[in-house]
Amino acid sequence: MTKPFQSPEHPARLVVINAGVSDPSSTRMLADRIAQQSLDRLAGAGLATSLTIIDLAPLAIDIAKAIVAGFPGDKLQAAIDSLAGADAIVAATPVYKAGMSGLFKSFIDLVDNDLLIAKPVILAATAGTARHAMVADEQMRPLFAFLRAVPVPTSIFAAPEDWGAPDLGKRIDRAATELAQFVASGVGRAIVNAAWDGYQHQFAGNAAQAERSAADVNFDTDLMRLAAGGSSSGS
Amino acid sequence: MQFGIFSVSDVTRNPLTGNTPSEAQRIDAIGRIAQRADEVGLDVFAIGEHHNPPFFSSSPTTLLAHIAALTQRIILSTSVTLVTTNDPVKIAEDYAMLQHLAKGRVDLMLGRGNTVPVYPWFGQDIRNGVALALENYNLLHRLWREDVVDWQGKSRTPLQGFTAIPRPLDDVPPFVWHGSIRTPEIAEQAAYYGNGYFANNVLAPNFHFLPLVNFYRERFEHYGHGSKEQAIVGLGGHAFIAKNSQDAHERFRPFFEGNPIYGSSYSLEEYAKNTPLSVGSPQEIIDKTLSFREAFGDYQRQLWVVDAMGLPLEAALEQVELLGIEVVPVLRKEMASRRSSGAAEAPTHASLVAAKYGDAPARQPTPNPNRGDNLTGARPYQDTDPALAAKLPLVG
Repeated sequence: MTKPFQSPEHPARLVVINAGVSDPSSTRMLADRIAQQSLDRLAGAGLATSLTIIDLAPLAIDIAKAIVAGFPGDKLQAAIDSLAGADAIVAATPVYKAGMSGLFKSFIDLVDNDLLIAKPVILAATAGTARHAMVADEQMRPLFAFLRAVPVPTSIFAAPEDWGAPDLGKRIDRAATELAQFVASGVGRAIVNAAWDGYQHQFAGNAAQAERSAADVNFDTDLMRLAAGGSSSGS
Repeated sequence: MQFGIFSVSDVTRNPLTGNTPSEAQRIDAIGRIAQRADEVGLDVFAIGEHHNPPFFSSSPTTLLAHIAALTQRIILSTSVTLVTTNDPVKIAEDYAMLQHLAKGRVDLMLGRGNTVPVYPWFGQDIRNGVALALENYNLLHRLWREDVVDWQGKSRTPLQGFTAIPRPLDDVPPFVWHGSIRTPEIAEQAAYYGNGYFANNVLAPNFHFLPLVNFYRERFEHYGHGSKEQAIVGLGGHAFIAKNSQDAHERFRPFFEGNPIYGSSYSLEEYAKNTPLSVGSPQEIIDKTLSFREAFGDYQRQLWVVDAMGLPLEAALEQVELLGIEVVPVLRKEMASRRSSGAAEAPTHASLVAAKYGDAPARQPTPNPNRGDNLTGARPYQDTDPALAAKLPLVG
């Protein structure tokens, strides 16, 4: 039923979601550092990697329109497509009003439930005070759990003082190492191949493995049997 | 190929005048729109089913029976009949009755409905929506084809020795379209029975429904009803037509922008470019509709919404006339010239009768006499197959 989403000879694809909106943006700066470290660690693990950055600020109006209309325009579709093809993700948001940015959440609201299944994600947040240090773990982690993605054990949070602290670099390296090991192990692909049918899916959705034709569809289900004239009473 | 209009029966404020029609005005208007569609030679008029304001059409068969009496040749259909919250027994009876009154000018489109509270209002649960739709149609299919039905399932009370009356006209059930925008199980059911599949083709990007239509075509062939190209496909759409493109955009814009479903997101131009919404001159509507065929292949039915968003009656009637006089005659020719020889014709009552009986007379079910208990015994009709005798439930 399922197809591998990465052939062994294909370079790994790292995709960054950046919800920072200023220029320069400390969220983007953090995302860039995480991305570079991840590329280095992936290279160290023997994986050639391509990098795509999705800046949400230029997509803000498209995101708002898509939420109201119920479907994305071309630019947003391209962003969703690049996420669908991602082997690893860095998700970075500023903290506003003690939470992830509304723009970030709105973008994620437009993502199919099955788009990020078993993809490793480094969660990252920036804030004006260290009091928001748990936003990545207490707000972003449950969100990506709902999406059945796999946030790596270490999340990255940067308050103003962290930009002068060597420990930030150490944490970034730890998260990048975790991400690289996850990708190198192939366990994400293995999970998708072994368990894909068990998740909720949308026919012809955006997920790389979405069912798009009769050849992809599992007909061995209660509903499909009912559709073909079967009975739901089990007789 | 059939061309026509479908309505969701919305009662919407006219953004130009600020006037909202009453239910009475809209119900009167829809009859006149259907009549005009018949007069200008459109093939199909379809009405939706809703159970909450701001919609008026809760009882499609009552409305369609009235329209049947006002019209000569147009086929009356639904968009959609709720197969989840209606009892399939009542659907079987209501639409068979309508079919008799309209002398066969009836088919119907079955859908699940997307208004969450309607399910609990009718004692159902939207989380079972797909299973309800599938099981209810399985029963409906039998009720229209078997004089006597014994049935047991999850969606309603079991039936023992049940006969849905009246039997379909000429003992040929109305043709059924299954409408779905995302659910392969519904397309699978349409394919299994050799019924039609309809994609509403609105409020989504161009050709968004192509994977489901192709899935239906593949499965139609799989079940031996014919080739993929012979499957029975219908598409919706939304049209606003004026003599030239600029007038169409100018006149439609306030209705588009004043509408909560359309007006708060993409611009009219974006919508018209990226979705099946057709706004423009007759030639532009023709070109856009031909692009549907280009993508979806030969299909059997094209319906457009023309009366929504608070458009006043006069404007809706004008749309019907432009469709019937300027757009559809050209489309009939253009579609026919492009059509592959294997493509099926849209089923009608006449074609279904011919397929079932050939030159032989159609069955005319005639009941056995009332035995005094308002029943006709184990075989309800004089010619009921003896093998189908009812096992009637015993009381006491």
